[in-house]
Amino acid sequence: MAEIVLDQVTKRYADGTVAVDNFDVRIAEGEFIILVGPSGCGKSTTLNMIAGLEDITEGELRVDGRRMNDMAPRDRDMAMVFQSYALYPHMTVRENIAFPLKLAKLDKAVVDEKVERAAALLDLTPYLDRKPAALSGGQRQRVAMGRAIVRSPKAFLMDEPLSNLDAKLRVQMRTSISRLQKSLGTTTVYVTHDQTEAMTLGDRIVIMRAGVIQQVGPPQELYDHPRNLFVAGFIGSPSMNFLPAEVTGDSLRTPIGDIPLEGRLRRAVGGRGRDIEEAPGEAPGEAPKEVIAGIRPEAFEDAALVHERAGGSFTGTVDLLESMGPEKLAYFTLDARAVVHSAHLEEVAKDAGSDEAGGGFQLVAQLDPKSGARRGEPLRLWFDCEAVHLFDPESGENLTERASG
Amino acid sequence: MMERPDRKRVTSWVVINTVVVLYAMIPVLWIASLSFKDPSTFTDGSFIPRKWTLDNYAGIFENDDFVRGLVNSIGIGLISTFVAIVFGTMAAYAIARLTFPGKRLLIGVSLLIAMFPQISLVSPLFQIERALGLFNTWPGLILPYITFALPLTIYTLSAFFREIPWELEKAAKMDGATPFQAFWQVIVPLAAPGMVTTAILAFIFCWNDFLFAISLTSSNAARTAPATISFFTGSTQFEDPTGSISAAAVVITIPIVIFVLFFQRRIVAGLTSGAVKG
Repeated sequence: MAEIVLDQVTKRYADGTVAVDNFDVRIAEGEFIILVGPSGCGKSTTLNMIAGLEDITEGELRVDGRRMNDMAPRDRDMAMVFQSYALYPHMTVRENIAFPLKLAKLDKAVVDEKVERAAALLDLTPYLDRKPAALSGGQRQRVAMGRAIVRSPKAFLMDEPLSNLDAKLRVQMRTSISRLQKSLGTTTVYVTHDQTEAMTLGDRIVIMRAGVIQQVGPPQELYDHPRNLFVAGFIGSPSMNFLPAEVTGDSLRTPIGDIPLEGRLRRAVGGRGRDIEEAPGEAPGEAPKEVIAGIRPEAFEDAALVHERAGGSFTGTVDLLESMGPEKLAYFTLDARAVVHSAHLEEVAKDAGSDEAGGGFQLVAQLDPKSGARRGEPLRLWFDCEAVHLFDPESGENLTERASG
Repeated sequence: MMERPDRKRVTSWVVINTVVVLYAMIPVLWIASLSFKDPSTFTDGSFIPRKWTLDNYAGIFENDDFVRGLVNSIGIGLISTFVAIVFGTMAAYAIARLTFPGKRLLIGVSLLIAMFPQISLVSPLFQIERALGLFNTWPGLILPYITFALPLTIYTLSAFFREIPWELEKAAKMDGATPFQAFWQVIVPLAAPGMVTTAILAFIFCWNDFLFAISLTSSNAARTAPATISFFTGSTQFEDPTGSISAAAVVITIPIVIFVLFFQRRIVAGLTSGAVKG
């Protein structure tokens, strides 16, 4: 167990590309921290720098107050689980798990006992004498975990350890990793590109984009209070709906109707540029201000099921209805004017590889299963104005958060 | 319906394979047959000896020069192979895994050596070795053999090293291995099939060499078996040493066959399967 401090760590390659820029995070003892972001955001590089597999160009890495920059990986006392598991194919499961202990020159009896205990913890006992080639993907993954936990290192470093498993197994392993980490209490740095994994596993999440930290915080905070467009689009599934919005006097004109500019929304747009705050609702000739409104699918509901709650409403034709069991997802197509263009969202969309990543023509609403929505039929939607986020199209900054913070 | 073209294909392959195998095997069988023939029946034109004898074999093993040549061949071959594999492994690993200044130069030079016609080196080597006192000694043959075996080992082995997932090495480092331990306990065992294959190739190269063996030796102190055979004489001046030469040729083929059979099980592909996701 250890506290890991990354003090303005930067990775710059010989050709000048900056893979990680000024990474500054303090990881508390026993914390489970997730590095998440689209591919190429520098999360794996950061992990490799903590591991010692890549050099740190600038800044300092401290573990329990000791500078680690120039330490060899083997002197850092950290265990790593690789995406490919990296099991030694010429060794049996037992030898694989025992390998770090053997290198540490532990007594044979101690090694045996520790291997047995780790194997029991991971349900690997029946497979101890098999070679990795004779194991299934999930079993290999567990062997890789076993090799990491067997020597009780200061920290676990995991590089997308579940991405090679099928969906069902992934969920299963996710909970067992979480349980394992809690019971061992070992500081863990976990890299993933999957926001669900990040949300469910982490004590805290570090969202990265192009080598720069976007936001650090507990999952719920990132979900409720995304600092910018990128975080808002990345966290949450299905992801947030983004709509172009125009500030006109005391309301916000969006493709799903006008939203009254009150309270926090008023404050959010008030802080910018012109002094609207001093003349609310007046000056009809003023230039409209463009912002991006973000509404999570969860903020919508079938209007028929909502009673006596203030909010906006919008009627549209249900394009597609996905019944998930506990909820229904309704997709609406908005006209072309509803397309949001922002560089901040492109990366999210590219990573998700689909149009549901926000910014498209589609609006997704998550409805109660009791909703009578039908495909191809119009539906009146209610939405919670309190759940609307406003973003600056240029900087991507969350205006509502800034105003309240 | 599908069987006809299939059978046709199988038949054509059987025919082609038979032709190739016969083409390769007939000279070997011929030599073997000659080695068992009694000297009086050498010229009877029969493929299968009419009069079997082991005299030819007995004769060559009574010949001290040939026995000595065999010892020289085995010793020189094994030492050259061993040294070439040790250095070749290190060089190949460096080429496959590391970036260092002069890497391209190293690859270029080793390629150059591999391409160099050996015959053009014989005279200079002869002069150099005489001046250095290496002429007609084991090191006098071992050195050129290593030189010519190294490019071969470096090339084959670096291909094998490239196949081994780099993550295994990172994992070993994370598990607490020094770079040497990672290399020795993880990489080398995985590269073993490649190393054995390469070793066989290098050994065969040394074993087969005739040019250096005949030019850089003058007595049985270092003369290897192939060169020794060329000095065979018949028992009388009216007799051809055909029988002895055939018997010796068969004898020097045997170690190679044993070598390959012995390591055959190690030369299996797919040893690395299971290292990373299937």
